[in-house]
This record gives sequence, structure tokens and C-alpha cells, in this order.
Amino acid sequence: MGYSMRKNKTYNKKKIVIVFFLCVLMLLGLAGRLVYLMIFRSDYYSEKADDLHEREREIKAARGKILDANGTVLAANRTVCTISVIHSQIEEPEEVIRMLCSELGLNEESVRARVEKNSSIERIETNVDKETGDRIRAYGYSGVKVDEDFKRYYPYGDLASKVLGFTGSDNQGIIGLEVKYDEVLEGINGKILTTTDARGIELDGIGESRVEPVAGYDLKISLDANIQEYCQQAAEKAMEEKQADGVSVLLMNPQNGEIYACVNVPEFDLNDPFTLNDGTDTTELSEEELQDLRNQMWRNACINDTYEPGSTFKIITMSAGLEAGVVTPEDTFSCPGYKIVEDRRIHCHKRTGHGAETFVQGAQNSCNPVFIEVGLRLGVASFCDYFRKFGLMDKTGIDLPGEASTIMHKEENIGQVELATMSFGQSFQITPIQLATTVSSLINGGTRVTPHFGVEVLDGDGNVVETLKYDSRDGILSEETSQTVREILESVVSEGSGKNAYIEGYEIGGKTATSQTLPRSANRYISSFLGFAPADDPVVLGICIINNPQGVYYGGTICAPVMRDIFSNVLPYLGIEKETTKKLHDG
Amino acid sequence: MPMKFPDKLSQSGKKTDSTLLVLVVLLMAAGLVLLYSTSAYNGRVKFNDPAYYFKKQLFAGILGLAGMYLIAHMDYHRLLKYAPLLYLVSVGLSTAVLFVGSSINGSRRWLTLGPLSFQPSEFAKVAVILFLTWVTERTKQKLSGWRFMVLVFASTVPIVALVGSNNLSTAVIILGIAVILIFVTNPRYLPFIGIGGAGIALVTIFLSLESYRLERLAIWRNPEAYEKGFQTIQGLYAIGSGGIFGKGIGSSLQKLGFVPEAQNDMIFSIICEETGLVGACLVMLAFGLLIWRLMVTSVHAPDLAGTLIAAGIMGHIAIQVILNIAVVTNTIPNTGITLPFISYGGTSVAFLLAEMGLALSVSRYEN
Repeated sequence: MGYSMRKNKTYNKKKIVIVFFLCVLMLLGLAGRLVYLMIFRSDYYSEKADDLHEREREIKAARGKILDANGTVLAANRTVCTISVIHSQIEEPEEVIRMLCSELGLNEESVRARVEKNSSIERIETNVDKETGDRIRAYGYSGVKVDEDFKRYYPYGDLASKVLGFTGSDNQGIIGLEVKYDEVLEGINGKILTTTDARGIELDGIGESRVEPVAGYDLKISLDANIQEYCQQAAEKAMEEKQADGVSVLLMNPQNGEIYACVNVPEFDLNDPFTLNDGTDTTELSEEELQDLRNQMWRNACINDTYEPGSTFKIITMSAGLEAGVVTPEDTFSCPGYKIVEDRRIHCHKRTGHGAETFVQGAQNSCNPVFIEVGLRLGVASFCDYFRKFGLMDKTGIDLPGEASTIMHKEENIGQVELATMSFGQSFQITPIQLATTVSSLINGGTRVTPHFGVEVLDGDGNVVETLKYDSRDGILSEETSQTVREILESVVSEGSGKNAYIEGYEIGGKTATSQTLPRSANRYISSFLGFAPADDPVVLGICIINNPQGVYYGGTICAPVMRDIFSNVLPYLGIEKETTKKLHDG
Repeated sequence: MPMKFPDKLSQSGKKTDSTLLVLVVLLMAAGLVLLYSTSAYNGRVKFNDPAYYFKKQLFAGILGLAGMYLIAHMDYHRLLKYAPLLYLVSVGLSTAVLFVGSSINGSRRWLTLGPLSFQPSEFAKVAVILFLTWVTERTKQKLSGWRFMVLVFASTVPIVALVGSNNLSTAVIILGIAVILIFVTNPRYLPFIGIGGAGIALVTIFLSLESYRLERLAIWRNPEAYEKGFQTIQGLYAIGSGGIFGKGIGSSLQKLGFVPEAQNDMIFSIICEETGLVGACLVMLAFGLLIWRLMVTSVHAPDLAGTLIAAGIMGHIAIQVILNIAVVTNTIPNTGITLPFISYGGTSVAFLLAEMGLALSVSRYEN
């Protein structure tokens, strides 16, 4: 059966042309879609793609140093290295494993596992000292990365540990000034941006962009390492002699609130802050118990803990009474060894009584009935007003974290008995820094100062970036009353209960205290002495607190000598000459 | 039984369409360069040989060019006589692949023989073009009648069903080719509007039958919200980061494992990233010109058989290019369709070149 091929007709051709143009139309539509995606949406998708391709590696910024009043470095950085391997770049795995084992003292099994693991980057060891890091780098094996990093370093170990504080693994402050001034010290981390493939492997040939880190600022503090060191030795000596739980020594400038020394022994090693400082066996402890003990070790007793101040608080009662005019230095009192308030017989520490005495003598004797009388004369409302006016109800605002608040009766709950006990520093609690700051303000002419460590923020070249300013409030006490208080307290040291702090040639003011901790039945005491010098124009105020001393526990007996020892060294160090010659001339 | 056609034609000895030839060679060469650039990373990572995919593609290309040369010098009328046989072979191979096929990336689409693997569905496209032409040539039905239309559809059903069972996209392409051939053969227009409408209705029903297909629609509308939109999104990142002039050949970052199997269906996105809007439009222009030359060949063919063969080939290329670019640019929901001459795939390249040989053969008999 033969046939000829079918002919193609015009309509066939027309339809092909129609199909063709439909296709062209669709291609043009897609081209339009491409224009939209590649021009108008280009930025959006490029950014998304870049985010996907770029890996960020941080370059840690050097943390600022902490310098003492003389510029001595108290906290600095040490360069340490992090050793990692990049699997895809390793050419001689056996040599690399052998080298890493010998240099880092690691066992071969673990190193081999990491070297042979097919991951983008595997960390072998952190906190490797710089010399070892340099040696490893010098081998020049490809695929072995040595990244430098900073680790906080404290040259003086445990000096002012509870003031300075320390930093964590990311160099962020954990306690102390390291926390408070974290923003000043921390700097701005830099970064390295690298481009990687989907497996996270860095691509060669595409330049990495780098944002340089900015080092943190240095912090200059008022603390003087020499004074601090001396105070710490004195405190450690007292702690050992008295087998006490702890000894705190605080030295500050009462005129401006600068703190020269803040010792709380036992201190702990800032370069090893997680190890307990008393050799406790930690193997039996749960992580929680261990952390509790650490937190206890890190506490700064001068700031984080409150106590009943006892007789040192009589300075405040005295200031209030004199300022209110309810007592004059010449007023006479009689002490039978106790005072009856409402139905209570409140004893003087001298059960036999001090007999007839002036107010000044009452202060010298630290006579409880005298101060109870002054307190009662003031009355609850006035007493509380002065308590507030002197700043005792507010935190001092010291530049350390965790300052404890005053624990005080509610005014409406204060009866005569409470008022009487408060007059000689019992039945309420304040921090040592609060006592030191309040007394500073009372003896400096009546200016409430803010205690502080931070003085200046410096850049790396030592230029001052910021001078730190602190609030002060004038007129919490009149200049006259302030002077009277200074004179009375001077006589306490030269003639009264504080005579163990007396140093010939110096006019030293001060007050002793011995308080029993709660519960009273435990027979635990806190002994303290607060002193300042020179008495007529004080430049240094010190407080020494011995917590739970064994044996003799009178503040005047055990704390005053510690302060005398400190003052006899610190006063000349601060350039305060003995006045022997001057007195001789006057005489 | 020998077919007769005018001596004048058979002996015309017209030259083959050199423009078409040049375009094919150009596309093939550019395709190899783009494929090498795109696949070097995957080749290095998976086979430790950056040229792994390139070499296989080159081999298939050379084989295909040889085939194209041979077929271009054959008389397409004589080839047409073997159309039923080729169609049967295609059905046989497509059946075989269901039972003894090997899977790559989870799809069982390949027949493996030693080092060679072969994808019957690529062969099916050519076979269908030839077979439908043969049916049209041999049918006693009126070409304008419904019966003819049904006959043509019925002839494609076996292969569409076989291929569609594991490769829906290719089945759609085959159906598309059939529709274009019927459209060209039939003098009327109106029925096709009906067919188009029926097609849309079918697709809608098809989509709503299975929830995963609806999910595919949701992914299409907002690929960034779905984990399964990953490939689409990576393609868009590549396209978008190309900008107007691109990052330069070899400089794509998205091909480094971000766009999965970048050398396959998504290669156009890497072309966009490396050569920019300019390069992408040039590639589209090349395809446009290729389709134009196939249209010219079809229009100038000496008889209906030549017209239909060229039209089928034109339809095949056009459908694949348009669907591929539409998928890559997320203009339509994602479905796996390769970009002719450029995407990696030996069988595809070899048979595309063979098809071009067929078109060249038709072009020699232009009147």
C-alpha cells in the first residue's frame, strides 16, 4: 500500500509560530523574574547568603589592668594559647599527633581521636602557656592552629582578693571590682570573618576580614598595695594569735571616702579562686555544697555582712546628743553599774559601776548607762532622725557589689528598751563599711562621703579618660559638734579605753567595741576598734574587727594594738610626721 | 514498504542549518564550562576528583555529538519507519527500570550496565516524538477529528504511565510534547482552550489529593518558612547574590555544598551567581535562539512529518528550559527538571544531541 507523505499546511506552520511565541513570552516573563530577583532582591539575598557563608571568630580584647594608688599593677593579663586542629588541612597526621602529645603531655588516644575526627575545627587544649604555644607554632605543621587568648592574672595572689575579685572563663568579672567595673575593663572584642563552605571549612584565597579588638581601659584605685599588704599581715597575725574566725581591717580617707586598704582574712588566691582556702576536703561535697563554701570564701565581710557594732556606735549617739544639745561634754552622770529602763536592768560592762563621771569620762570609760541616758534624752523620734540624717539607713554606695543594708527596728516598734540598747550599738546591724563611713562623715566636719576604690579610668598610655566622681552631702553635723566629737575620741585613746592604740607623737582618736553575737548563749564575740589620725584633722580612719577571738575578747585589748601597729607604720608612710617636736616647742 | 517522496526533495542536498548547529555546539561548550565550574567542589568532596562530573558529561557529549552527526546525515523518513520499534524499546526499557533499575538520590531511574548507566526516560522523549509523528503519518483518521486526538493521547498513555510512576516531571514533559504535537496537527483552536481548562482542573485535583503536594504549594509561597524549602531558598540566595554581572566563573559560594547537588536541576542558580543577570539572560537568549531555529526548521520542513518532528523537539527543549528556570527562580513549585545541555546527566545530553541531529536532518530537506 503506497502513499505519499502528508503535506504540512499553512495552519500547521501558524500554530508552530504561535507555540514559539508563547514560549518566547514565557522566557521573557522568566527574564523579568530574574531582573526582580537579581536587581531588586539582590541585596536581601546577598546578605542572607553572606550570613550563611561567613563564620565569625572572636578576637578577645585585652582586659584593662587594675592599678593601685601608686600605679602598681594588681590585676593584669597573661597571654595563653588555645591549640586546635583543622582536619582538612592536616598533611602529616602522625607527626602532628606525636608533636601534640609531647608538647602538651596528653595521651595519644585522645589526641588521635581529635586529629582524625572529620570536623571543621577541633579544640585540643586551652590555657596553654605562651612559650608552649610559640613552640607548637614554630613546628609549622599545617592544620595546627595556635590562637592567642588572654587570661586574667593577679601578681599579688591573695592581696585584696575580696576587693579586686576575679574573672570567669570569658574574662567577665565574677565578684569584686572586676564585676563593678566590668564595662570599663572589658574592652570590645574584635572578630575575624572567614568564608566557609557548607561543611564549615574555611576557604583559602578569600581574604578574611578582621575587626581589631579594642583593649579595655585601666582602672586606678585608691587602694595602696603597700598599706594593704601591711594591714593584711597585721590581720593575719591577729587572727592567728586570737585563733579567730576572721579579721577585717578597713582603712579609708575620712575626708573623701577613698579606701586605702580593705582586708578580710582569710583571703583567697585570685589566681585559683575556685579552690577553697582552708584546705577542706572537697571530694565528699556535692557541687552545690562546694559552691556554697566558695561563695562564703568570696564574701567581703566589710561590705557583704552586717554585725551589731556595739560601743563604736557610741560615736553616733554622742554626735547626735551633742548636736541636739541634750548633752554637753561637761554634763555629769552617775553609773551604778546598770541602768533601769522600764522594767529592764541594763548592765554596764563594768558591773561595779563607774560612779560619778562627766560625759567625756563616760565616753572614755565607754560607759553604757551614760549613753543610754543620752539616747533616752534624745527620744525615739530624734534618735531615728539622726540615724537617718547621718546616712545609716541608706547604703553607702561603695563601688563593690553586694553591699548589705542596715537591719533596723521599725520606728514605731522602738520602745525605751530598744532605744536604750541602740544607744550603745546593740539590737540593730550595720556593715563595717557603713560604720566607717558614718564616723568618717561625723569627724570630717559633717560631710557624708561615699566610700570608694575607683579613682580614675586610664587608657593604655596612662592618660586619664575619666576621673570618677562620688556624691557627698555636707552638713549632716555641724563643724563644732564634729570638732567636739574628735576631741572626745582623742581623749578616749589618750586617757580612756582606747589607750592601747596610743602612739606617742600622734593624736589619735578612736573607740573600742566588744559585742556579743546572736545567739548570746553561744558566747561568741566580735571585737573591734575604730581609730583615726591625726585627731584634729584626720586623714586616715581605720577599723579593725576580730570575729570570734578566743581568750581575751575586749576590743580595747586585742583590736586597739592592731590598729596602733598599723597606724605607727601607715601614718609615716602617708607623710604624717610625729608631733613630738611641735609639742615640745608649744610646751 | 518504502515511502515515496518527490525526488526533487530527496536529492535537494540542502545544507544543514548551520545556525542551529553552531547554537548547539555553543550551548554544549558553554554547558561544559558551567558544569565544570559548578560540579568541581562536589566532585572533589565526593570523588576526590574535581573533574569527575565534567569528564562523564564530556564523554556523553562526545558520544552524543557522534550520534548527532550520524543522525543528521540520515534521512529522517527512514528513521520514522523505526518509530514503532523505538517506542516499543522505550516502553520495554521503562518497564525494565521499574524492576532492575538502580537508585540515585532515592529515585530508581537508571539502568546500569558495567560502568555505564542509562536513563530510559530521556530516551522515551525522543521515542514519543518519533512515534507520534509516525502515528500522525499513518492514521486514517481525519487529523481535525476528536478520534485522532484520542488516538494520539492513547498512544502516549503507556509510556507516560510507566515514566510517571517514578519520574513525574518527565511524564509531564512527555504529555506536554504530545499536546503541542496535537495542537500543531489540529487546525482548530477552541478545543485547546478546553484542553487547557481540563488540564488545570486535573492538576488542581491531583494536587489536592495528596497533602504532601499541598505542602509543596505552601513551600513555594514561602520557602523560608519550611525546612523542605531549603533547596529553593539556597537557589534564591545564589541567584540574588549574583547581581547584574555575577561573581565570575568559578567564584560561586553557593555551589560549595549550600545548593544541594548544584550540578543537577539547580545549575541555573549557580549560573546566575557566577555570571549575573547578564550571563543568565545570555543563556536564556541562546535557548531562545535554539527554539527559534527549531521553529524555522519546523515551518520550512518539506512535509508534515518533518514539521512535527521539529515541532516536538522545539516543544521538548522549550518546556524543559521554561520549567527548569521557573522552578529555580521559585516561579512555580519545585519539581525536578534539568536544564538541557547544561545540567549534569549523560543520558540527557546524549539524547538531546541525538534529537538535534534529527532536527538537523529535517533542516536538510527544507523547501
